[in-house]
Amino acid sequence: MAAGKRVPFKNPVVNWIDERLPVFTMMQKEYGSFPTPKNFNYLWNFGAIASFMLVTMIATGVFLAMYYTPEKNHAFNSVERIMRDVNWGWLIRYIHMNGASMFFIAVYVHIFRGLYYGSYKKPRELLWMIGVVILLLMMATAFMGYVLPWGQMSFWGATVITNLFSAIPLVGDKIVTWLWGGFAVDNPTLNRFYALHYLLPFVIFGVVFLHIAALHVPGSNNPLGIDVKSSKDTVPFHPYYTAKDGFGLVVFLIFYTLIVFYAPNALGDPDNYIPANPMATPEHIVPEWYFLPFYAILRSFTIDIHIPFTSIVFISSKLGGVILMFGAVFLLFVLPWLDWSPVRSATFRPWFRRFFWVFLISCVTLGWVGSQKPEGVPVIIGQIATAFYFIFFLVILPLLPLFEKTLPLPKSIAEAVLKKSQGA
Amino acid sequence: MLRNFAILVGAAIVLLAVIPIAATTGTAFLDLFETHPKEAATEAPEAKAPRTPPGGWPQQGPFGTYDRAALQRGYQVYAQVCSTCHSMKLLAYRDLETLGFSPAEVKAIASNYQVTNEEPNDQGAMYQRQARPSDAFISPFPNDQAARAGNNGSLPPDLSLIVKARKGHEDYIYSLLTGFGQPPATETIAKGMNYNPYFASHQIAMPPPLHEGAVSFADGTPATVDQMAKDVTQYLAWAGEPHLEERHQSGLKVILFLAVFAGVMYGVKKNLWSRLK
Amino acid sequence: MASPPSSADDDGETRRDFLALTACAMGGVGACVTAWPLIQSMNPAADTLALSTTEVDLSALKEGQSMNAVWQGKPVFIRYRTQKEIDEARAAPMSDLKDPQSDEDRVKQSAFSGKEMPQYLIMVGICTHLGCIPLGQKPTDPHGNYDGWFCPCHGSQYDSSGRIRKGPAPKNLPIPPYVFTDATHITIGKTAEKTTS
Repeated sequence: MAAGKRVPFKNPVVNWIDERLPVFTMMQKEYGSFPTPKNFNYLWNFGAIASFMLVTMIATGVFLAMYYTPEKNHAFNSVERIMRDVNWGWLIRYIHMNGASMFFIAVYVHIFRGLYYGSYKKPRELLWMIGVVILLLMMATAFMGYVLPWGQMSFWGATVITNLFSAIPLVGDKIVTWLWGGFAVDNPTLNRFYALHYLLPFVIFGVVFLHIAALHVPGSNNPLGIDVKSSKDTVPFHPYYTAKDGFGLVVFLIFYTLIVFYAPNALGDPDNYIPANPMATPEHIVPEWYFLPFYAILRSFTIDIHIPFTSIVFISSKLGGVILMFGAVFLLFVLPWLDWSPVRSATFRPWFRRFFWVFLISCVTLGWVGSQKPEGVPVIIGQIATAFYFIFFLVILPLLPLFEKTLPLPKSIAEAVLKKSQGA
Repeated sequence: MLRNFAILVGAAIVLLAVIPIAATTGTAFLDLFETHPKEAATEAPEAKAPRTPPGGWPQQGPFGTYDRAALQRGYQVYAQVCSTCHSMKLLAYRDLETLGFSPAEVKAIASNYQVTNEEPNDQGAMYQRQARPSDAFISPFPNDQAARAGNNGSLPPDLSLIVKARKGHEDYIYSLLTGFGQPPATETIAKGMNYNPYFASHQIAMPPPLHEGAVSFADGTPATVDQMAKDVTQYLAWAGEPHLEERHQSGLKVILFLAVFAGVMYGVKKNLWSRLK
Repeated sequence: MASPPSSADDDGETRRDFLALTACAMGGVGACVTAWPLIQSMNPAADTLALSTTEVDLSALKEGQSMNAVWQGKPVFIRYRTQKEIDEARAAPMSDLKDPQSDEDRVKQSAFSGKEMPQYLIMVGICTHLGCIPLGQKPTDPHGNYDGWFCPCHGSQYDSSGRIRKGPAPKNLPIPPYVFTDATHITIGKTAEKTTS
C-alpha cells in the first residue's frame, strides 16, 4: 500500500506507531514537505482559516450541547441559561453564533479566490465540486442551527424555507409534511433539526478530508494559474505556509474577537431574542446575512408562468424562485465546463477579470436586496442582479474564451517571482 | 461546441425576456414574506428614530460598564412600577447580588414574594411559599392568557431581553418611555390606545407608565420621568446582558494578546520568507 | 526545492529561533486559554450552585420522630433522638466501631447560641457500601440490631448515631455540613463559617 519505502523517525514512540499506521509519514508528506507554490498571496490563507472555523464550531457546539434542550418549551430558556448561568456560557454561545458568520466569510473569500484564479479548472474539477458539496452542507447546517434557539426568526425562517418545498409539483406537500414531522414547524421539526445539526458538521469534516485529498493529487493552484514546472517553483509547506497560515489565522482571530467581545449581536436580528410565537409573524422575516443573496434570488421570481391560453400554472412564482435559488448553487457544480478557457488566472484574462468584479458586485447587491422588504426598487434591482448572476455563468463564461485576448503567461512561477522581486 | 453555446445563448435570451415580464406583472408570491399585503392607501406611520439621552449610556463602547447606582434605581422602578404587568422570568433574585445588594438583602427582597412550591404538599395540593434567592422573579400573571385578560387583550412582553429584542436597543426603550404625549391633529388614536411616535404605527396599548415621583429612590435621586426612564432602561439592558462588563474586560485581554501574537507570527513569517532566494 | 537556509550569521539564527519559540509558546498559551472556558463550563452552573443549600424546618419534629430532606439531590435523614438512643450511642466502645467516630463528634454541628442539641442527628441517607438508601426512617422499618438503620441491599447495620456496626459498608453514614440558623431551622450545605460549593 505504501508508495516507496517508509523513512523511519528518530523518536522511538513515534516510529513504533508509524510502522503500524503511517500517520506521521502521511503528515510529513502532506503537510510537512508537501511542495507548495511559492507565490501564494494571502487569499490562499482562507482554506486553513475555514478548517479552523470548522473545528471551532464543533468544539463550541459540543459544549453548548451539554446544556441545550431541543424541546420547544425549553429551547429558548436553555439558551438563555447558557448565556446567564453556565460558566463562560455567554462566551461559548457568542463564539458559536458569530463563528457561523466567520465560517461563511472565510468560505466565501475562499470560493471567490477559486473563481478568480481558475482553481476549478482541469485537473481540479472534482476538487471544486467537492467544495460545492461542502458549501451545501454548511448551508444546511447553518440553517438548522439557527432554528435551535427557537426565537421568532428561528421559527419563521424555518417556516418560510420549509414551505418552499411545497412548490415541488405533485409531491411537494408530502415532502413538507415529511420534513416537518407534523402539520407545521413544531417540536418534531426542532428535535430532528438538532439531531441533524449535530451530525452534519462531522459529515463536513469527512468531506473536507476528501477535499484536501483531491487537492493534493495535482497540488495547489497559484495566483498565476500556471502549473508547477520544477522544484524551483515550490517551497515545502512547513515551515513556510504553516507560518504564513498561522499569521493569517491570528489576524483573522483579531477580527473574530472584536466581533465576539464587542459587537456580538451586530450580525444578528433582534427578533430572535423574542421567543417563537406561531401566532405572530414578525414584520420582516430575514435570514442570516450569509443567506441573503440566495434569499434575493428566491424572491426575484415574481410571476406565475401559465401554460399558454389556459389558466393552468405551469411554474408558479414560488417554484420558479426555488428553482432559481437552488439553481444558483447547483450551477457551481458545472462551472468547470461552462468556463472552458485554458487560461486559469484572471491575472491574464482582462475581460474575465472585469466581468468577475461585476459578478462580485452583483452578489453583494443581491445580499443587500435580500435584506430589504420585497417591494419597490429593491425588487427590480434584485431581478437585474439575479439575471446577471445566471447570465455570467451561462452566457458570459462560455462565450468569453471565444472572444477574449489573454495576456501571455510567464514561463514559470520561479521566473515570475524573480522578475517581481527584481522589479520591486 | 458551437451547438452547445447556441443553446446556452438561447437560454439566456429566454431569461432576459422573462425579467421585464416579471417586473411588470406584480409580486403576488411575495405575500409569503410579508404579514401586511399591500395596503397602498393607508400606510401605517413609520416609527420615529429613537434618541439617545444626553450623556449616553455608560455601558456603550468597548470599555463600557454599568452604573451600579443606576441599576439599583432601575430595579426599584421595575419592582414598583413595571412588575405590575411585565414579567422578567429569566432573572432570579440571586442575580440582584451583581447590582450591589448583599446576600442578606437579596434574601430579604426575595422573601417579599410568594411562589408556588415545586412539589405538592403531603395531601397532593400545590401550595405557596416565600421566594428564595434561587427562585426566578415572580410573574404578575400565571400565563399569557391571564395577562391578556388583564390588559384589554394586549400582552405585556416579558422584559428579560427587551433591550436586545428591539431595534434601537436602549435608545428605543428610553425614547418609548419618555415619548408619550398628545397626538398631532393629523393622527387619530384608537380607543384604549396611547399615542407614542416611537412605536411602530404610533399607537401603543401600554399607557404612560412613568409619572413624576412615582418612585422614591433609596439614594435620594429625584424621580423625574427622564431619570426613571434612564435608570430602568439601564437596568433592563443589564438584565438582558448581565455579563457585559466581563465580556469587555476579557475581550481587552484577548485582543492585546492576539495583537502581540500577530506581531510575533508576522516576525516569524517575514524571517522565514525573507531568506528565500 | 527550497529549504530554510542555514544562516551564516549566528545572530539571525538566534532571532529566528527566538521568534519561533515565542510563537509556539504563545500558541500554546492561546490554546490553553481557549480550552479553559470550555472545561470550566462543565462545572456546576450558577443556578445549580444556588441550589447547593437546603433549608429545613425542624419545628414539627417531635422526640422519637424522623424526617427526610433532600440536599443536592441526595436524601438526608433527620432524627430527633430519644435520650435512650443518645445514651446507647455514647456507650458504644470505639473498639466496636469499624469506622471509629464519637457520637459527640457526629452531632457537634447541632448547636445554637451556645446550647448543644445532640438530639438532632442529621446525616446523608446513602449507604456507604454501594449507595442504597437504608431503612429506618419509618417506625415500621427494620432498624437492625443497633436501634438505628438497616440497609436491605447487603445487610449493613447502622447504630443510633448512624455509625456502621455490622455488614459490608466501610464507613459511617456521612454527616453533611449544616448550621442551625435558629433553634428549629437548619441550612444544610452551610457551616457556621462558609457555604459548600
